[in-house]
Amino acid sequence: MANTDTPLLDELEKGKWPSFVKDMKEAAQKNPMAKDLLHQLELSYKDKIGHWKHGGIVGVKGYGSGVIGRYSDRPDLFPNVQAFHTMRVNHPTGWFYKTDTLRKLCDIWDKHGSGLTNMHGSTGDAILLGTTTEHLQPCFNDLSDAGFDLGGSGSALRTPSACVGPARCEWACIDSLDICYNVTMTYQDKMHRPMFPYKFKIKISACANDCVASIARSDLSIIGTWKDAIQIDQKEVAAYAETINIQKEVCDLCPTRCMELNGRELKIYDEDCTRCMHCINVMPKALRPGKERGASILVGGKAPIVRGALLSWVVVPFMKLEPPYDELKDLIERIQDWWDEFGKSRERLGELIQRLGMRVFLKAVGLPAVPQMVKAPRTNPYVFFWPEDIKKEVK
Amino acid sequence: MAARTDIGPPDYKTMLPPVIQRNYGKWLWHEILKPGVLMHVSQSGEALYSVRAGSPRLVSTDHIREICDIAEKHCEGFLRFTSRHNIEFLLDDKDKIEPLIAELKQRGYPVGGTGHSISNIVHTQGWVHCHTPATDASGPVKALMDEIYDHFTNSKLPAHVRIALACCLNMCGAVHCSDIAILGIHRTVPKTDNSRVPNVCEIPSTVASCPTGAIRGDMKNKTVTVNDEKCMYCGNCYTVCPAMPIADPDNDGISIWVGGKVSNARSAPMFSKLAIPFLPNNPPRWPEVVNAVKNIIEVYASHAKKHERVGEWIERVGWERFFSLTGIPFTDQHIDDFDLATETFRTSAQFKWR
Repeated sequence: MANTDTPLLDELEKGKWPSFVKDMKEAAQKNPMAKDLLHQLELSYKDKIGHWKHGGIVGVKGYGSGVIGRYSDRPDLFPNVQAFHTMRVNHPTGWFYKTDTLRKLCDIWDKHGSGLTNMHGSTGDAILLGTTTEHLQPCFNDLSDAGFDLGGSGSALRTPSACVGPARCEWACIDSLDICYNVTMTYQDKMHRPMFPYKFKIKISACANDCVASIARSDLSIIGTWKDAIQIDQKEVAAYAETINIQKEVCDLCPTRCMELNGRELKIYDEDCTRCMHCINVMPKALRPGKERGASILVGGKAPIVRGALLSWVVVPFMKLEPPYDELKDLIERIQDWWDEFGKSRERLGELIQRLGMRVFLKAVGLPAVPQMVKAPRTNPYVFFWPEDIKKEVK
Repeated sequence: MAARTDIGPPDYKTMLPPVIQRNYGKWLWHEILKPGVLMHVSQSGEALYSVRAGSPRLVSTDHIREICDIAEKHCEGFLRFTSRHNIEFLLDDKDKIEPLIAELKQRGYPVGGTGHSISNIVHTQGWVHCHTPATDASGPVKALMDEIYDHFTNSKLPAHVRIALACCLNMCGAVHCSDIAILGIHRTVPKTDNSRVPNVCEIPSTVASCPTGAIRGDMKNKTVTVNDEKCMYCGNCYTVCPAMPIADPDNDGISIWVGGKVSNARSAPMFSKLAIPFLPNNPPRWPEVVNAVKNIIEVYASHAKKHERVGEWIERVGWERFFSLTGIPFTDQHIDDFDLATETFRTSAQFKWR
């Protein structure tokens, strides 16, 4: 068998799922960087440890983000990955591509880099995996000429991402793609020149199924919803009654028990509905979101580092979102200004709100407190009052 | 000549197939025709067919070109990637589905990942390209997907099962709200290199980086000291201070978390909770990790009701039942000792014996 110098990785060419080792070997055939990467990875499999040094600041002219510096800790063995930097290329919103665009990206990356990529990275960018410091600027020049730009990295606005939205999904309550593209184009400066306390992520899901995990993975989560009644097609309800047990699969699983099945007719008490999407998911031909559509805005979501993982919290229960999205952008800017002013280095928005209090945050950005923001009011009596609410002693 | 800056990504509107351009925002309903094949029907009566295929995510330019060849042959060059790294070919004609699937199968692409299946595993870089990993990412994912392949190509589970892997606590893969999360962990304290700290680290930010206050500045020697008893090995200090390496090949490994979700359907979004505190790194195929995840999937599949996600099933039957059904030992590591730990302690006399 060929390539017996990677016996451990060879094991991962076996099996039915597509193998990344096959791709690495393919690239290694024509690219010395990819070849050294393959062999360094084999060494990691043997040693059970990564062989990349800590970070390193590299970039392209005019930008402070978009490139992740990476250096091998065994350049003696793998000189071609001594410097092996990643370039984050901002993906077309919704990850839609025409093949000519993808082919251009491939040609540029074969010319300048390892020929290996991630389609896509966790934040959403197309990840070009590994090139030398000298190639960064020429690669960026070629990318730019072909109509691509870099995404965010470091303490910057990270590349916003959105679900497939109205391009394909009948549940889209907002135009997640247009909002994402609009926000991305508006805040190019905030993406490319890191000037925040830490990273800031925006993700847009057009309904509460949240296909881009915005509630868990973004500092500012935009989740489509509606205010009026679920649209019902009773003829289609009756048709579903032929194939599924509506009582068991829909009514009994409704979290607020806001629906009743009378024979083959479905009655929804919309004032009790919390718009979770379950009934619509199960009967997409019969039920549709209401007509008065917009989004809930939530803030603070993040992974554990530093003070623990957070899910985003509701701060605007409903906002209508139509171009040019001024109300949304105004809110984003007020939030970022407050965080920028009070946040410590490497403190995410959610952690700052935890430290200073939601009450302080709401007042600073000018949002009224409403019951939709909490699961329950506080249970402790440690209540603050604003100085202006207290009667001054008259002397 | 300098490159044009701040031009932003290519406009997605130029990437949409004509059938989408004609029906943008007008979709009425959809149906999963079979695993991996979605049909969306518009008000106009037109339909869009999406065929979903699995991908290793780490792909070569030649692989991308192969995907392009397939898309050009079958769907005029229009495709997309999903938020879970699958590839979707976008067709405007039902008759194009079977020839496309035949070609995908012949070239070794799994077709599936829709409905009540296990879709592709969202994961991070691992040893391939990260400087803080406690395990590899692509390797364990490949080893696991080989074993649960049929759950990708069938849709026979009670509900979707979303699996994610992050190779350290930074969680670039944001695994903290997954049905099953695989998380690389360190288990030993950072090895502070006092000779390098003064030159490469900023002491106040290194001290501030520690979530448990285990790091103290030693201003006299321009370095830091670590209180070993307070350190829970998150590695955040290493991110800030390169002179505090934490990787330890003998003790790094993987923890398994269960029951998270991001969707609001039925129950509210939830965090994943600790199921298995530690499994060894055993490349190239991580058998302990693969078997542990398979066991959880199988127990879930045979006990959960239709539409019940892993976390919803566990909440219904109780965690004590989860541990007895899966045979996973419960340890003192399962009991939280970070901020807000007491919120997870039982404050009632209601529990099951097993």
